[in-house]
Amino acid sequence: MANETTGAVTSATEAAAGHATEAATAAGHTAEAAGHAAGSAGMPQLDVSTFGNQIFWLLVALVLIYLILSKIALPRIGSVLANRHGTIAKDIAAAEELKAKAQEAEKAYNQALVDARNEANRIIAATKAEIQAELNVATAKADAEIAAKAAESEVRINEIRAGAMAAVSQVAQDTAGEIVGALGGTADPAAIVQAVTERLKG
Amino acid sequence: MATEGQSEGLAFHPLDQFQVKPLFGDGPIEWYTVTNATLWMGIAILAIILIFVVGTAGRSIIPSRIQSIAEVIYSFIHKMVEDIAGHDGVKYFPYIFTLFCFIGFSNFLGLLPKSFTTTSHIAVTAVLAVMVFLTVTILGFVKNGPAFLKLFWVTSAPLALRPVLAVIELISYFVRPVSHSIRLAGNVMAGHAVIKVFAAFAPLVLMSGIGYVVTPLSILAITAMYGLEVLVALIQAYVFTILTCVYLKDALHPGH
Amino acid sequence: MEGSISQLGQYLGAGLACVGMAGAAVGVGNVAGNFLNGALRNPSAAAGQTATLFIGMAFAEALGIFSFLVALLLLFAV
Repeated sequence: MANETTGAVTSATEAAAGHATEAATAAGHTAEAAGHAAGSAGMPQLDVSTFGNQIFWLLVALVLIYLILSKIALPRIGSVLANRHGTIAKDIAAAEELKAKAQEAEKAYNQALVDARNEANRIIAATKAEIQAELNVATAKADAEIAAKAAESEVRINEIRAGAMAAVSQVAQDTAGEIVGALGGTADPAAIVQAVTERLKG
Repeated sequence: MATEGQSEGLAFHPLDQFQVKPLFGDGPIEWYTVTNATLWMGIAILAIILIFVVGTAGRSIIPSRIQSIAEVIYSFIHKMVEDIAGHDGVKYFPYIFTLFCFIGFSNFLGLLPKSFTTTSHIAVTAVLAVMVFLTVTILGFVKNGPAFLKLFWVTSAPLALRPVLAVIELISYFVRPVSHSIRLAGNVMAGHAVIKVFAAFAPLVLMSGIGYVVTPLSILAITAMYGLEVLVALIQAYVFTILTCVYLKDALHPGH
Repeated sequence: MEGSISQLGQYLGAGLACVGMAGAAVGVGNVAGNFLNGALRNPSAAAGQTATLFIGMAFAEALGIFSFLVALLLLFAV
């Protein structure tokens, strides 16, 4: 429809231009006949003898440009632009999707982090309790050993003390008998024992 | 041509750059003669092929530099057509895109030194504007039938004023192609002529002492004007296209 | 130096026609200034109105271009 109309217009204009061309050439001839004096000084734009030429070549140029643009260039650029719009829309949708995925992944990551932290805390607490229990056991064992050792030592010390006491009274009796003998007396061992015992009791 | 006649003075020929000359030989310009206008229209077509066909040959998702230029222009015009002419105007997008590309590339190629600016000629812009005018008018009647005439009957105005407004609207409707074409050609031609006038002052340094002041100033002025012209080249292509869209909207929805 | 009265008229007329461009300058400045005024009050709505801005500027500028064209016609085409 549009093309028909435009075509009709173009042909109409061409027809008009054809008439104009004839008229213009006729006018040009008369102008030439009239003389060159006005032609050289006047405006080139008003030189009617060139109008036909310009209009003819203008129409040729316009038809060529119209054909080139409407047949080749404009559909091509239009399809490229439409393609690009499609691609951009698709890319944006894909980006949205990726973004949602990324957010999901971030959420999962955070969840995993929280889980891991809880797990770690739990393990720490358990280990601590275990260590504490072992420690308690070891402490108790050590305490028992220490107590046993201490009791043993006590016994030994008492023995040693008793032995030492016995030795001390023996040594004292012997010493007292020797001292009495050295002083020239004879000592009744029983009396010495009694005396030493009494002194030792003090 | 200027120097031999008046070698002692400055040569002002701001309009010589717009002359249509045959490329080969020196004969009269027939309608089929290959002229400099033909050459620069051909270069515009080549540039359009280079950017929109060769540049986009990769069809890559991540565009190359040239492909992104093509895509930026495409999206810009597509959005303009959609915003102004509405959804049913998108059908005419290739037509409007053709206009924008031809005008834009011609304007920018015309800024190259020694080039010929095809859009500075009333003949060229008038054809473009008349094509738009005819398209829009025919389209309006085909799509809406006689209801298209409601465009001239301003229902929001008081009843007494409506006939007067209708006459004004009718006149402004038929002035559209005139202003549409003269705006483009006039802007381009004015800018180029002004640059040429400033350029004519530049050789003053070879002739008199005051040239030491004037020549740097004129070169500075050329540079500034050139910057402005780059802007104008783009804006005029934009304005031509956007007005085409506005007229197209009038044809498709004449009610408002 | 033997220029005729009609040539004098051409040049005077061209100069006077260029005065019309001042009107276009005022008009374009008015459009841009008012746009900026509104845009600074409501920056969020400004982006959608740049097309209108350019259309308004184009209409205002076209009339200045007409006067420039009249000047050129007087200089070169009469």
